[in-house]
Amino acid sequence: MTSPLESIVLFRLGPIPVTQAVLVTWAIMAILVAGSVLITRRLTLVPSRRQSALELIVTTIDIQIVETTGVAPAPYRAFIGTLFLFILVANWSSLVPGIEPPTARLETDAALAVLVFLSVIWFGVRGDGVGGYLRSFAAPNPVMIPLNILQSLTRVFSMFVRLFGNVMSGAFVIGIVASLAGLLVPIPLMALDLLTGLVQAYIFAILAMVFITSTLKDGRPATAEAVPDPSQKKKET
Amino acid sequence: MDYAALASIICAAFVVAFGAIGPALAEGRAVAAAMDAIARQPEAANTISRTLFVGLAMIETTAIYCLVIALLLLFANPLLA
Repeated sequence: MTSPLESIVLFRLGPIPVTQAVLVTWAIMAILVAGSVLITRRLTLVPSRRQSALELIVTTIDIQIVETTGVAPAPYRAFIGTLFLFILVANWSSLVPGIEPPTARLETDAALAVLVFLSVIWFGVRGDGVGGYLRSFAAPNPVMIPLNILQSLTRVFSMFVRLFGNVMSGAFVIGIVASLAGLLVPIPLMALDLLTGLVQAYIFAILAMVFITSTLKDGRPATAEAVPDPSQKKKET
Repeated sequence: MDYAALASIICAAFVVAFGAIGPALAEGRAVAAAMDAIARQPEAANTISRTLFVGLAMIETTAIYCLVIALLLLFANPLLA
C-alpha cells in the first residue's frame, strides 16, 4: 500500500518533477477552459440548450453566494465559481479508472488554500483599502489582534486539511475495500464518495466566500453597519 | 523487537477510534436539531439543510484531523525514519 502523504514522480520536465496530481490538474484545467470557451463562444439572447445549462450553473452559484453572505455576487462569481467547479471536477475525477483525484494530495489542497488566503487579502484591500484591511484585524477590539492574525492562518490550514482528509480518506477506503473484496463491493462507497466530493467542493467555496466577506465587514467603519444592505432585499424576491 | 513501530500502530488505531467518538455524538446532535427544526418549519428546509451541511463538515474536520494524525503515525513517522 502506498502512502497517501507521498507523491510518486512520473517523469521530469528538466529540473521539475511532474507527479500524477500535477498531470491530472492540468488536464482538468484544460477541460474546464476548453469547455468554457466552447460554450460561451456563441451567446444569444434566447439561450440554446447548452447555454441554458451554463446559465443554470452560473445562477446557482450566484444564488448560493447571495444566500450565504448577502452580498452582490458579481465581483466574487469568477473566483468562487472557478474554485467550486475545479474542486468538484477534481473530486469526481476519481471515477475515471486509474486516475487519483489531485485533491487527495496535500500539495494541491495547500495551493488552493493559499489562493483563498491571498484572495482574502486581495478582496479586503480592494473593498476597504489597505487601512480597512488592517483594521479588520482589530475587530471587534484591539485585544483580539494576535488572535485574529492566528485565526487568518489557522482557518486556511484547517480548510486544506479538511479537503485533503475527506477526499483522500474516500479514495483510501475504496482502495482498501477493493483490495479486500472483489469487483462490485466498493461501488456503494464510490457513490458515497460522489456526495462527499460535492459537499466538500461546496463547503470549500462557501467558506472562502464567508472568509472574504467577514474580512470586508470587519474592515468597514462601524457606521456602515447601520445602513441596510441592499442585497438583503434581493433575497426576499 | 521494535517498540516504536508497535506503539505507533496501536496509537494510530486509538487516535481514529477515540477521535471518532466526539464528532459522532456532535453530528448526531446537529442532525437531530436540524430534523426538529425542519419538522417545525418545513418551508425553511433549504436554509437549514445548507447550514447543516456546512456545520457537519466543520464538525467532521475534527475527525479528519485525527485521521491525518493516524496516517502521519503510520506513513510519515519521524521516530521510525
